[in-house]
Amino acid sequence: MALRTEHEIHGRRKSRNVGLGVVLIGFVALVFALTVVKVQQGGLLEAYDHQPRVSMTPIVEPVAPVQEVQQ
Amino acid sequence: MTDINAYEATPEAEFGDFVALLKPRVMSLVVFTAFVGLFVAPVDVHPFIAFCSVLFIALGGGASGALNMWYDRDIDAIMNRTQTRPIPSGRVDGGAALGLGLVLSVISVMMLGLVANWFAAAFLAFTIFFYAVVYTVWLKRWTPQNIVIGGAAGAFPPMIGWACATGGISIESVLMFALVFFWTPPHFWALALFMKEDYHKAGVPMLTVTHGRQVARRHIFAYTLVLAPFALWLGLTSVGGPLYMAVAVVLNAAFIRGGWQILRRAEETAIADGYAVEKRVFKLSLYYLFLHFLALLVQSWIGGW
Repeated sequence: MALRTEHEIHGRRKSRNVGLGVVLIGFVALVFALTVVKVQQGGLLEAYDHQPRVSMTPIVEPVAPVQEVQQ
Repeated sequence: MTDINAYEATPEAEFGDFVALLKPRVMSLVVFTAFVGLFVAPVDVHPFIAFCSVLFIALGGGASGALNMWYDRDIDAIMNRTQTRPIPSGRVDGGAALGLGLVLSVISVMMLGLVANWFAAAFLAFTIFFYAVVYTVWLKRWTPQNIVIGGAAGAFPPMIGWACATGGISIESVLMFALVFFWTPPHFWALALFMKEDYHKAGVPMLTVTHGRQVARRHIFAYTLVLAPFALWLGLTSVGGPLYMAVAVVLNAAFIRGGWQILRRAEETAIADGYAVEKRVFKLSLYYLFLHFLALLVQSWIGGW
């Protein structure tokens, strides 16, 4: 009797591996496409990018100009 | 002495078995109603964002299905209809189903929050909790009203879809919820009348067994009456219109008539003709829900009132 290297179990295992691979690749593609869409939409693109964010800096009351006293 | 050993059959699942854990047929209802809820909302959503939103709502629904199959593995093994499910048939290990359900729950909720908004994500998390814990663990084996309250889990998707677009709840989304919620009991009890499943053997209280089939018939008719005003009310809101109203009037009249026929039938008559009316009303209930949501979709496309 010849030994069969490919058992039915291997087929099922393979379908699981291939399926998971496809799902993972699909997920990566999805997140990438989502990123492109979100960036294109702009909207709330404000991050800590080494620039002072006006919305977060404390409000500074304008100082009244000092009147020069004329002599 | 022999050297031959029989190993315990290790579950060697194929990919399709894990897909089956997510209850694809239930998922199709979730996908359709969530999509309609999102599409008819008054806020424009980027098509890809809409696609991803519906995808992760469906994935969350699938995750709750896997959790349901994990918890119900003992009664699934007893009932004929569910014996071929992945866990009772031995193809998937119970722990694997639990893990899949939990992981997919977290992924779907987090992704929906990132894709749409965190209100919709919290809503999805609540729905998963409601189906997996409130319905499956608590209500299903405790009260014959299980499917009434459990039906809420199936009714949330259009509200989540609406929340993805608008970030909130409004009368339209609540009425879409009511449409699915009050539709569920007559739909399932009509099925229970002719499917005569071995629920009682598995210890699941079904109204047809605990209170008798005549009570179930009365309940079916009562729910078709309760359902109709909500279906028509939805037509008077911003998502309604002449087309939806026409569809709703016809379908609700037909559904109430079907409920009335079920009520008037004696069990002997039903047995004699092989539950012809019950089967017809069950089929009608499928069209009922599908056509209502399809009408909403078309109405939103052509413009409402």
